[in-house]
Amino acid sequence: MEAILFYGLAALAVVAAIAVVAQPNPVTSALALIVTLCCLSGIFGLLGSPFIAALQIVVYAGAIMVLFLFVLMLLNVEPERSPSGPRLALVAGALAATLAAQVGWVLLQTDRGTGVAGFHVRTRQMAMILFSPEGRFLYAFEMVGVLILAALVGAIVLSREDLP
Amino acid sequence: MTPLVEDLVITSVKIGVLFGLLLGLFSFMTWAERRLLALMQFRLGPNRTGPFGLLQPVADGIKLFFKEEFIPERAHTFLFLAAPVIAIVTAFTAVAVVPYGPTLELFGRKVPLQIASLDVGLLFVFAMTSLGVYGVVLAGYAAQNHYSLLGGMRLSAQMFSYELSLGMSWVGVIMLAQSLQIADIVDAQANGFWHWNVVLQPLGALTYFIAATAEVSRTPFDFAEAEQELVAGFHTEYSSMRFALLQMAEYVNIITVGVLAVNLFLGGWHFPLPGVAASPLWFVLKVGCVLFVIIWLRGTLPRFRYDQLMALGWKVLLPLVTLNIIVTAALVALGVL
Repeated sequence: MEAILFYGLAALAVVAAIAVVAQPNPVTSALALIVTLCCLSGIFGLLGSPFIAALQIVVYAGAIMVLFLFVLMLLNVEPERSPSGPRLALVAGALAATLAAQVGWVLLQTDRGTGVAGFHVRTRQMAMILFSPEGRFLYAFEMVGVLILAALVGAIVLSREDLP
Repeated sequence: MTPLVEDLVITSVKIGVLFGLLLGLFSFMTWAERRLLALMQFRLGPNRTGPFGLLQPVADGIKLFFKEEFIPERAHTFLFLAAPVIAIVTAFTAVAVVPYGPTLELFGRKVPLQIASLDVGLLFVFAMTSLGVYGVVLAGYAAQNHYSLLGGMRLSAQMFSYELSLGMSWVGVIMLAQSLQIADIVDAQANGFWHWNVVLQPLGALTYFIAATAEVSRTPFDFAEAEQELVAGFHTEYSSMRFALLQMAEYVNIITVGVLAVNLFLGGWHFPLPGVAASPLWFVLKVGCVLFVIIWLRGTLPRFRYDQLMALGWKVLLPLVTLNIIVTAALVALGVL
């Protein structure tokens, strides 16, 4: 059952990911990306991490992609027409082949005997690991928060012309 | 029967019952809303079809069935067809993790009145409502009509402005109950109304109610529809059953918001005074009151201006929920709450 769900979700994720780059209308691309993210969330759920699964949808599929769609609709981006030239296609093909070779090599190297299935993390345990004062992650977690805040302030300063 | 089959049967029955209840409540709400609004505006409202006009939703349903399904020529056909489906599927899925009563003893088995009890309960509802936005936004985009597009765009901007406050208004409640599961949050509010989160978390309750009203885009936040400026906003081009689906999704979302308000802040299925047994009856009564207030708001308040909407979301609501989280966290850490 889990295997069927996994292969179904994985296949759908790959197909949707191809659709993101393959078809011309940017809004449909964004939608395909949402489908991919939802499939990934389902896979996280199968791996026994409902918290990450929910976050994947709330943050990426729910919040960030709504922003994407808003910008696409605001600018009313036209579907792409002209395919890029043959030289560009050659370069892109070479890059893609390199990447595929790397991924394939890694897959061959990986010991596929050890899965993560059956490894179930409850939300409470995860919070304990992240936030317990003696844990190793509390400091890093807070620092990431500060880093994101700094990036946010930086973006505002950069985009405001009336600020020095 | 093996336990697995028993579980499957029980869950299927629960799904069927809840589905039927929601459909019934949806049609009842369209009638109740029209009658109540009429009452508030010294009109009569639909009162001809059946006793008190109660059969009006049936008549509306039959009418919608027989209307022509129209797809505009320039519309993005696939998205145009997909949008109502996305809206309705996410609306119904969100309800799956919401409990509507205490665990019952039926035929010697414990049956929780909830379809799925997820570890991340509340987050799942949040995930589904945030996906539900796409139904409306895409409906606005796919029709390729300027009014629809404006409605869809306004809604997406409104959503990411208020979603943040909505999610953060729950954090205080979650801290008090120490759980993301809605049933745990309800049971933390047992034994009298002074344990209810609306008393312990007044700021959280207020911000939740405002943000949730914005999230389901009801007056005074109904910018996506705005019939005075945008014809019918995002569903201008929809007709027949697709229009009905969009309407149904809207009402199911409103019901979800009301049910969550009762579960998170109004003690769920617990009676206001200690000593009275918990029962789905109290739950239904409370949900009725909350839904009445939501309809009442529509009869009372004018729509915001767009800049007021943004100012309220980012400059008032967001600081308020942040303040609520800080104060609640401090009180929990000090052991006061």
